[in-house]
Amino acid sequence: MGERLRPYQVLVGSRMRSQTAYRRSFVSDLLGSVSIGLMEFAEVYVVFSNVDVLGELDFAAAVLLFALANVGFSVADLLVGHVDNLPVYLRAGTLDAYLLRPLPVLAQLITSDVSLRRLGRVVVSVVLLVVALPLNDIDWTAAKVALLVLTPLTAAAVFAGLFVCASAVQFWLVEGSEFANAFTYGGAYASGYPASIFSLPMRLLFTFVVPATFTAYLPVLVLLDLPGPAGTPQWLGWCAPLAALAVWTVALLGWRAGLRHYTGTGS
Amino acid sequence: MTEPIIQVRDLRREFVIRSPAGRLRRARTVVAAVDGLTFDLADGAAVGYIGANGAGKSTTIKMLTGILVPTAGTVRTCGLDPVRRRRELARQIGVVFGQRSQLWWDLPLAESFRALAAIHRLPDATWPNRRDELVDRLDLGTFLASPVRQLSLGQRIRGEIAAALLHSPRLLILDEPTIGLDVLSKERLRVFLSEQRALHGTTLLLTTHDMDDVQRLTDRILVVDHGRLVYDGTLPGLTARVGAERVMVVDLVEPVPDLGAVDGTRCVAVESDGLRHRLAFTPERTTAGAVLEAVGRRGQVRDLAIEEPDIEDVVRRLYLAQVAADGGSGSRHRS
Repeated sequence: MGERLRPYQVLVGSRMRSQTAYRRSFVSDLLGSVSIGLMEFAEVYVVFSNVDVLGELDFAAAVLLFALANVGFSVADLLVGHVDNLPVYLRAGTLDAYLLRPLPVLAQLITSDVSLRRLGRVVVSVVLLVVALPLNDIDWTAAKVALLVLTPLTAAAVFAGLFVCASAVQFWLVEGSEFANAFTYGGAYASGYPASIFSLPMRLLFTFVVPATFTAYLPVLVLLDLPGPAGTPQWLGWCAPLAALAVWTVALLGWRAGLRHYTGTGS
Repeated sequence: MTEPIIQVRDLRREFVIRSPAGRLRRARTVVAAVDGLTFDLADGAAVGYIGANGAGKSTTIKMLTGILVPTAGTVRTCGLDPVRRRRELARQIGVVFGQRSQLWWDLPLAESFRALAAIHRLPDATWPNRRDELVDRLDLGTFLASPVRQLSLGQRIRGEIAAALLHSPRLLILDEPTIGLDVLSKERLRVFLSEQRALHGTTLLLTTHDMDDVQRLTDRILVVDHGRLVYDGTLPGLTARVGAERVMVVDLVEPVPDLGAVDGTRCVAVESDGLRHRLAFTPERTTAGAVLEAVGRRGQVRDLAIEEPDIEDVVRRLYLAQVAADGGSGSRHRS
């Protein structure tokens, strides 16, 4: 296993070294990432300074929701956020270079970059999570602890899968990054708010098409023992791994079809 | 040795070009970039693959290396179907695209080599020796620690070639490797490539616009035009067939409006009222020395230069010769 993964370790290692080589620009990128995280949180703060409860969640619960969703998203963004820049790779001929190497193309693309500067947003989200947990009145059980640990991981997997889907789409839509962003960043945005405030079609979209609600909202309902909107059984809060599996199945099939399209048309 | 390292049969690759026609409709035109290629390459051969821009050279290379699927026909590279067994093939071939970098632009070459060794899973016991050999022979030592983006074009191309050879491939494919290089860099590269062939028996397939590359590095040439093979043979055979002419440009001290007939040459132009004469000749009919001597008898030569036939010219002559042979039937028309 270790031997199989060694090429990727070397690749990722060299990427990390090259990023931290320019210390000052790295630090400023890092601060930029921290401020993006804070700005996003400011929006939640502003909303809750005007209302006490939104979609059955009070401020503390909203912070918990926001933090969980953002830990997942920012980790995914850190690890694979660059894959939706596919047209850049296509234009520069980087993908052709990957095709000439004895490794799977997607694995090379994923390990071709790790945006360490995005650590800033991860840190902001983790700090918010640590602050939010004691603010909420959670009736702790072993299952809930497991759910709390599992949720950011599966959320990261869901968002990473969405990034790969967004990347695959761009084999066909070369100028489709805005369209793809609607699902990745749009999904991330939606996941940070209680889904009950959305209209039913939006809720269905962000549950069954882009499974954003699985990443934080549904698990938060379980953690806080809240009923959620009508027709939302509690067990849905445990289904995030299934959602991640579904997203990755679509992502990998889509990516494979996209790569075939690329070698077929060679455009 | 028995099986050819590259086997191409009736290879065809079409591209669909969509262009606006009217407000919403788009016209769809099918263009064949490669149109019925058939050839074999023997293991250990050194072959020049030449043709004008857009003749289908890069498209062919992409199909040989598994980047592009053929529309029709078959390709076997190292006995493998390049697209289906891309990863297996990647271990056996090295490819350099002169105008596209395969190195990591922000990493030093030394680091790129380390990454490539890991990618190809080269044993730690052997690959540093290979790297040292390449660094020594390509003279990479002085800039091994600089990020690739800081290298000059010549340095970068040498780095690219070293990167493509690190895993000791059986087949090295170079797409325009000398484009944009100065004379000295070209020469060093040619010496290196000849040496590698002699040392490791690497098969070489090279596309180029440079006749000197072809002459110095290859023992066989394939000329492709509009996706079709129009010549397969040696360089002397090609020049004999199309009568590719060299042109001697002589500058005289005193103007001579008419040099008269110089044996075995054709007067192409007289410029500056007879101060400069352009004489075309083929190496089969006369030598540069004989031409110079004949001119020297009629006027004092101040300076001279010899222009080699360029690829475009050779291809155009091949085309014209073929059209003449076909009785101008235009059978080579492209849809």
